Amino acid sequence: MTVTSAPAPARLRPADLAGLASVGLRTRKLRAALSALGIAIGVAAIVAVLGLASSSQAGLLAEIAQLGTNLLTVTNGTSLSGQPAELPDAAPGMVGQLPGVTAVQYTGAVGAPVYRSPLIPPIDTDGLSVQAASLGLPAVAGTSVAQGSYLNAATAGEPVAVLGHEAAQLMGIDRIWPGMRIWVGGQWFYLAGILNPAALAPQLDTSVLVGFPAAERYLGFDGHPSELYVRAVNTQAATTRVDNLLAAQANPEFPDQVTVSQPSQALTVQADAAGAFDTLFLGLGVVALLVGAVGVANIMIISVLERRQEIGLRRALGATRGQIRAQFLAEAILLALAGGAAGDVAGAAATVSYAHAKGWAIVIPPEAWAGGLGAALLIGALAGLLPAIRAARLSPTEALWTL
Amino acid sequence: MSASEHRRPAAGTILELDRVTKEYPGSPPVRALDEVSVAVTAGELVAVVGPSGSGKSTLLHLMGTLDRPSSGTVRVTGLDVARMSDRQVSALRADRIGFVFQQFFLAEHQTVLANVADGLLYAGVGRAARRRLADDALDRVGLAQKAAARPTQLSGGERQRVAIARAIAGRPPVVLADEPTGNLDSATGAALLDLLEELNADGATIIVITHDHAVAARMRRRIEVLDGRIVADTGPATAASGAGPAREGRS
Repeated sequence: MTVTSAPAPARLRPADLAGLASVGLRTRKLRAALSALGIAIGVAAIVAVLGLASSSQAGLLAEIAQLGTNLLTVTNGTSLSGQPAELPDAAPGMVGQLPGVTAVQYTGAVGAPVYRSPLIPPIDTDGLSVQAASLGLPAVAGTSVAQGSYLNAATAGEPVAVLGHEAAQLMGIDRIWPGMRIWVGGQWFYLAGILNPAALAPQLDTSVLVGFPAAERYLGFDGHPSELYVRAVNTQAATTRVDNLLAAQANPEFPDQVTVSQPSQALTVQADAAGAFDTLFLGLGVVALLVGAVGVANIMIISVLERRQEIGLRRALGATRGQIRAQFLAEAILLALAGGAAGDVAGAAATVSYAHAKGWAIVIPPEAWAGGLGAALLIGALAGLLPAIRAARLSPTEALWTL
Repeated sequence: MSASEHRRPAAGTILELDRVTKEYPGSPPVRALDEVSVAVTAGELVAVVGPSGSGKSTLLHLMGTLDRPSSGTVRVTGLDVARMSDRQVSALRADRIGFVFQQFFLAEHQTVLANVADGLLYAGVGRAARRRLADDALDRVGLAQKAAARPTQLSGGERQRVAIARAIAGRPPVVLADEPTGNLDSATGAALLDLLEELNADGATIIVITHDHAVAARMRRRIEVLDGRIVADTGPATAASGAGPAREGRS
């Protein structure tokens, strides 16, 4: 049986290496769990921050989609002399004739002061404004009646008002009682209802709405519309086409004195801002990851010291330095990956519960959890490198016979 | 001197030290072994006996390729260890040398069978084959019924049998046992020596390092070490009892 050629070491099979890597974790469970905790917290923080940012963005986008991106508003701009320009009286009718327009509603700024009662000092306007409003406004502007009822053909000619959502709050009115009234332009107006928040037309929230005929009769209003709410056919192309034609159609004489905007665009920008993650929390997550890395490195160094005899035994059984190194490196990576996986689960759970409570769609971007696992893998490899090299450097005799 | 005879391995020589010296650095340097030459033939049962500090542990390290000599040549199964890389020496240990230690060195979280099977982890043996060989080795040391137990559930003698099973599972040409009875009471120790004799009769070449002359007395060949030198060697047993079963043992 004399063999003259030198033997070559056998390669460890991946399954055997995995088994070796889990020895430390299986035999010292509590210690492994604690040392992986730092990485778990870091990954959880990162996943939760990215997940919550994406979910809140998704929530806003869903809200925008529900309100519709086909609303366009036309407002009076300023004339060359700097005076507020007025829209022609015929603007609503002319815009309504544009192909692709499905509905047109409008308001006119009345300029009368409004108070809860005549006893309020005139200076306390609360920033509220009185607007004359057309009869189909709430549906087109993307809101609805929360309390009571909206103006109708009969009440539009009478001293009757409807409150925007915020206007009602500022006046301390949360319910409509028969006979309830407010002080508009020096006389009593009866309240008909309160609107829901209008996300696409927030200017309505702080408005007190009255009918056009009533405004003209009781408040000296000149009848000019100041803002048009236009719904186009609900496609991107149709909305853009209407958008391009709207200024000229609303005020053919001075199209440059008209401002056309698409309120959903502003909200989309806002949603993008919400999607930007919180840098502070992300930074905290990274710090936790670093602390976790130090923890893993620390525990691996202790582990190598404690397991000298195991290392010596394995060397006696024929393990090469490389195989010892691979075992401890794999153990550090496994430890960090376990922490990363736990962090992924915790971060996802946090996102799910918070998004669920907020009624948002649950979005956990793949780069968040994959990035968390990848970071954990990298950290394990870096943190385990030095201890693994130390373990491999032990000579079999000093490993076996020193305590 | 007998040195010239040892240059070439004799037929059946399985382990050979030729004028081996081991010095440990220090001031002055400690010379643990001083020009030691010894050859072990396949199938032998050898005791290396000497008091603490005599150099017998260093001899075990060098025989087991766990350490390299300062000068001189160590040959295991004809291979000159000095000419081999650390990787190759590791592979040599995996394939051709089994170790039994005084402290057993068993993994408490694993079953007896897994402990024995792990002895073959670095020899390139597949998982199924490892378990089969481990079963076989446990059977040979009389512990087949304890395969599923944990080392903590075993007595000291049984634990050392598990360690022996681990050492012989791959049927290596050489088994080195370092004070195998050192942690056992005398009756258990005697039974363990019976087992080593049986395994030797089965064909294993076994070298036992001990400070205990009573243990050494049971071995057919005794090498006495004192102050880093071999002071007595009863010599290889007769060719009939030595070389015969060795071939069969490594079939």
